Amino acid sequence: MKLRYVSIAALLAAALASPTAFAQKTIKIGNTNPYSGPASAYGTIGKTIGAYWKMVNDKGGINGRQIEWISYDDGYSPPKTVEMARRLVEQDQVLLIFQSLGTPPNSAIHKYMNAKKVPHLFVATGATKWNDPKRFPWTMGWQPNYQTEGRIYAEHILKTNPKAKIAVLYQNDDYGKDYVKGFRDGLGAKASSMIVKEVSYEVADPTIDSQMVQLQASGADTFFNVTTPKFSAQSIRKAYDSGWRPTHYLNNVGASVGAALKPAGLEKSVGLITTVYYMDPTDAQWANHPAMQEWKAFMAKYYPEGNLVDGSNVYGYAVAQTMEQVLKQAGNDLSRANIMKQAANLKDFRPTVLLPGIRINTSPTDFAPIESEQLARFDGEGWVRFGEIIGK
Amino acid sequence: MSRRQVILIGLVLLAACVLPFVVSNYRTFQFTLALVYAIALLGLNMLTGYNGQISLGHGAFYAVGAYTAAILMEHFGMPYWATIPIAAAVCLVAGFLFGLPALRLEGLYLALATFALAVSMPALLKYHHLEQWTGGVQGIVLLKPDAPFGLPLNPDQWLYFFTLAITVVMFVLAWNILRGRMGRAMIAIRDQHIAAEAMGIHTAMVKSMTFGISAMYTGIAGALGAIAIQFVAPDSFNIFVSIVFLVGIVIGGLASISGAIYGALFIQFVPNIADAISKAAPWAIFGIFLLGFVYLMPMGVAGAVRMAVARLTRKAQNPKPPQ
Repeated sequence: MKLRYVSIAALLAAALASPTAFAQKTIKIGNTNPYSGPASAYGTIGKTIGAYWKMVNDKGGINGRQIEWISYDDGYSPPKTVEMARRLVEQDQVLLIFQSLGTPPNSAIHKYMNAKKVPHLFVATGATKWNDPKRFPWTMGWQPNYQTEGRIYAEHILKTNPKAKIAVLYQNDDYGKDYVKGFRDGLGAKASSMIVKEVSYEVADPTIDSQMVQLQASGADTFFNVTTPKFSAQSIRKAYDSGWRPTHYLNNVGASVGAALKPAGLEKSVGLITTVYYMDPTDAQWANHPAMQEWKAFMAKYYPEGNLVDGSNVYGYAVAQTMEQVLKQAGNDLSRANIMKQAANLKDFRPTVLLPGIRINTSPTDFAPIESEQLARFDGEGWVRFGEIIGK
Repeated sequence: MSRRQVILIGLVLLAACVLPFVVSNYRTFQFTLALVYAIALLGLNMLTGYNGQISLGHGAFYAVGAYTAAILMEHFGMPYWATIPIAAAVCLVAGFLFGLPALRLEGLYLALATFALAVSMPALLKYHHLEQWTGGVQGIVLLKPDAPFGLPLNPDQWLYFFTLAITVVMFVLAWNILRGRMGRAMIAIRDQHIAAEAMGIHTAMVKSMTFGISAMYTGIAGALGAIAIQFVAPDSFNIFVSIVFLVGIVIGGLASISGAIYGALFIQFVPNIADAISKAAPWAIFGIFLLGFVYLMPMGVAGAVRMAVARLTRKAQNPKPPQ
């Protein structure tokens, strides 16, 4: 008998848990992050965001509501992400999932989130597939996606050297192909005549020396390098040592000074071109910028154990500001539909630590928040920005 | 089996059948995963617990089973239930073939060989000539099956019962194998392989067969896991899966059928508890749990339960010391 009452009560509760029931004192935000496992270096993003909500709550919350941040460790393992996402949605009854990290983990819950109609916002991956409002109206990316970045390099080449002979090296997976697609789209009709050689490597390959030899032999004067840090380091060194000096575009993924350029040799990296979109905490030009000062004060007070030279902590801060803005715009209508509507209605929003001039714009047909970046050239010590902000 | 054991198993089964109606869908899903792990652990336990061969590579067979099911469903439009026997057959053959050369390797060397299998698995799944089947890094997304025949169950509950039914079949099968000729041969080889051979046991055959059956169990678990999780990707099957399986059988109890269930509950739920205790170092907490279990229950949970039961029955049978 008692059991029946319990199940009736549960049914009633489920019926009442329609969107209006979310209009409560707190806003529950769910998240998965790799606090352990191979990608645990990114775990600091989840911690930064958690610290950010603590600051928001100390200041009185958003529209008078406190934020409850529920972040689970998925160890970058897709099955675990599925389990944790279900826990967040079904057990913890979060309003939305925010900044779940990694392409494979997010792929695993992509359909689930959309079937459940739960906002799956500002996921932490650069794949282009998150911008697909028609098929997946509940999922949205945040950072500039790989295709956007590929297009930026293409535009720069067309502007500076329209007769370039281009060699392309890419990692043979979604990530690499995404970049190449954006790059080819950017070159347009001239793509097939300008690209003189295109070779790929497998992430399991020990070295890419033979690919580099092929690329150099093609006589290209421009090199588009789509590699992850280990291979970025190898290719930079190989190109330099063999005397090949093309105009060298290195994708943002491999542009880490510590993980790629230092192992390759800083003197061999001079002249590399990449893109940036938020302030690098190690870059001296931002040291006294008010936004950076604010970020440092935040770190000191709310996340003192966080690393002040790790760009991920700046990234986490900026993406949390974006989420805050969506919740502010949502006002008192905290239904899931309205959250998506507001996320798709960001107009010229600026997280403080993005580069000056970069703004976030979204619309019901445009689920790609950041679509502009700035080119930067390596001067032997750090990335020096040049030119204008490129993109939308 | 004694009458009491039969009653006990009946009660456990009854509880397992009631479970999905009293807990949330999310919990049901978690228990489904625990059943999946129980099948995998049972397979590994046959190999390691009963036959004494250490495998650090069962995550690879788990992946093969999962991918077999996923590819058949995605590219051949096969219904999910039909993929299970095929996954079983594929893994049986793969395990048997891997078992043949592995015979020459003893103890730690076999562990290393299987370790190699497990570490290379994610890279193999990403290999670009196989990509049209495996989906490369992106993996394959599957659809969740609905309950058939208009049964009033939601997909989570149905999948739970589907998995439970297969689990029961696999456990009965294991019980039969291990009690029979094959099981005795397996144990004899583990304890004294020279004596076993002298008694006329075909050591090579038994060892390979054990490897095959063990891989088959793990493959079935992999297929069920893929259907429950609705997604397979190379990153789901890293070396850690194999290690967690080994942890599961040791915690549950080596050479024990019921140990597979305890071990499965452990590897399914303890990491979540650890994560709830500390975000900063979930694996350190997990490690403390592990140490606690190993110290307090050196024979695994199954061993501890057996001892507790033995002590209780002795007391019940002899209420007073004999005069």
